[in-house]
Amino acid sequence: MKYENHILFLEEELTKFTVPDLLHELSQYKGKKISTIDLSEVSSIDSAGVAFLDELVLNLHKFKPQLANMNEIVESAVSTFTSLSLKKPVPSRKDNFFILIGEGLLRWRDSTRDAIYLIADIFYWSFVGLFNRKGQRQGSIIQQSLIIGVDAVGIIALLSFILGLILALQSAAQLRQFGANIFVADLMAISMVTEMGPILTAIILAGRSGSSIASEIATMKVTEEIDALRMMAINPIRYIVVPKFLAITICIPLLVTMSTLVGILGGLIVAVTYLDLSAVVFFNRVFEILTMRDALIGLGKSFFFAWVIVIIGSYYGFNVKGGAEGVGKVTTQAVVASIFWVIILDALNSLIFYFKT
Amino acid sequence: MIEPIISVKDLVAKYGEQTVLDNVSLDIYPEEITVILGGSGCGKTTLIKNILRLFEPVSGSVKILNKEVTRMDELEFNSILSKIGMLFQNGALLNSLTIFDNVSIPLVQHTKLTPTIIAKMIRVKLKLVNLAKVENLLPSELSGGMKKRAALARAIALDPDILICDEPSAGLDPLTSASLDELILKLKNLLKMTIVIVTHELASIHRIADRIIFLDEGKVLFSGTLQQAKKSVIPEVETFFRVGKFG
Repeated sequence: MKYENHILFLEEELTKFTVPDLLHELSQYKGKKISTIDLSEVSSIDSAGVAFLDELVLNLHKFKPQLANMNEIVESAVSTFTSLSLKKPVPSRKDNFFILIGEGLLRWRDSTRDAIYLIADIFYWSFVGLFNRKGQRQGSIIQQSLIIGVDAVGIIALLSFILGLILALQSAAQLRQFGANIFVADLMAISMVTEMGPILTAIILAGRSGSSIASEIATMKVTEEIDALRMMAINPIRYIVVPKFLAITICIPLLVTMSTLVGILGGLIVAVTYLDLSAVVFFNRVFEILTMRDALIGLGKSFFFAWVIVIIGSYYGFNVKGGAEGVGKVTTQAVVASIFWVIILDALNSLIFYFKT
Repeated sequence: MIEPIISVKDLVAKYGEQTVLDNVSLDIYPEEITVILGGSGCGKTTLIKNILRLFEPVSGSVKILNKEVTRMDELEFNSILSKIGMLFQNGALLNSLTIFDNVSIPLVQHTKLTPTIIAKMIRVKLKLVNLAKVENLLPSELSGGMKKRAALARAIALDPDILICDEPSAGLDPLTSASLDELILKLKNLLKMTIVIVTHELASIHRIADRIIFLDEGKVLFSGTLQQAKKSVIPEVETFFRVGKFG
């Protein structure tokens, strides 16, 4: 690069490899008048070189510099790659606070409406599906029961057992100080039956099945499989969601019962080994303290947890936007939302059945 | 004698037990447009992917820019890759990024250019493929043809020495396809690019091809200039060019 008589001479290569250095070199001519940029010595140029020339012309606009002595190749490259003729991108208008709130509310209204439609559809078709298997794949309920229920037995049993063990251990130390060893049975029975069994099972199912339902439906939506089903005159909710809904409805009471029993078993081990209680005394106390009402409330709410998981998983799955990225996003949202709603439902249940003024 | 820029010798590729490429040897010469032809499933895409090490060949040698790449270490191969642009069959844009960001990836990763220069280059490349207005959209918001053009903009972002296009005009309307051909010719002349194209479109082949390589059942059936291909007496090649002339 040379500068003489208001002319800037550029030489040899104007490519992506030389442009960073040229930009650096150019800073020494800052403020100097440049009316012509001579390109006669330029032997090769690429789009980075042309972008550099554009930048130069823009920065020196007050001198109105001209590109001079271009050979055929340089001229052709400049005419192809110049960005000077492009319109400046218009920055998108920023919405004000009230527009944002309004849009948020409208979105909330729309999503609530969609969710209500979906819930109605799922319940309607599940009820119909009990009597009429048309529009479902044969054996799909059993297959889904295996995936949602049987495959989850191991992990739910293990975690319930550990949780029962932890609960009993934590309380045993305290109870022992007061000689109230036998109350560990009350604690285990009531906490596992009314709270821990259902909620632990629901949270594991939300993580396992909620995510798989959301990602399966989202992937099907992205790859146009849902559209394909519609074109074959098959209701996607009936075909995909209903088997899962029925399967989880069958599985959840069984899983919750198992979780509760295994959790109490964990407590029993602590009671026998650490609190010197016999198994017979422990179980007598458990059955004495438990009421049918507690057991029914525990099992009853688990149905709502299960339905929430399927509904939320399908809602997010059907509302996926974009491609692979969208699938990942809705899967996360579905798991977070199902755990959130499971806990909210649990709180409501406690308020309704256990809150006495 | 001009040195080939890509040279493949006795390449064998298999999917499990099935041999897809059987002792394929071919040369691709610099500053030419080479079209790889052949029926569906004859191994065209496999050939490209084996050349670029996306698949590991069973045996044979691949030289790019006079360097053996099959046994090259990752770092050295990356420097070769930065001189190659690839347009995939269905675009292969990153779905989580806008079109602008997609095109910026090679520029940001492989050059020391400033953001203003990079932005200018991206806008020019998008303008070249007639996509000036979509830079802030996500790939999922574009049509199939637009995605392909955006992917081409990404492939030529670095003005590569070699551009490889896997079925560039499939799914495009004839006008866009013709303008894409024009763009490819322009790139070849301006940037002295070597271009390898896998395509079936006869119109496109007539417009741009310098050299033809015809694959059939994993073997090279014909290799030569477009003129030679048109006069070829090899039945498959002859049929291909005859059928394409609308009966």
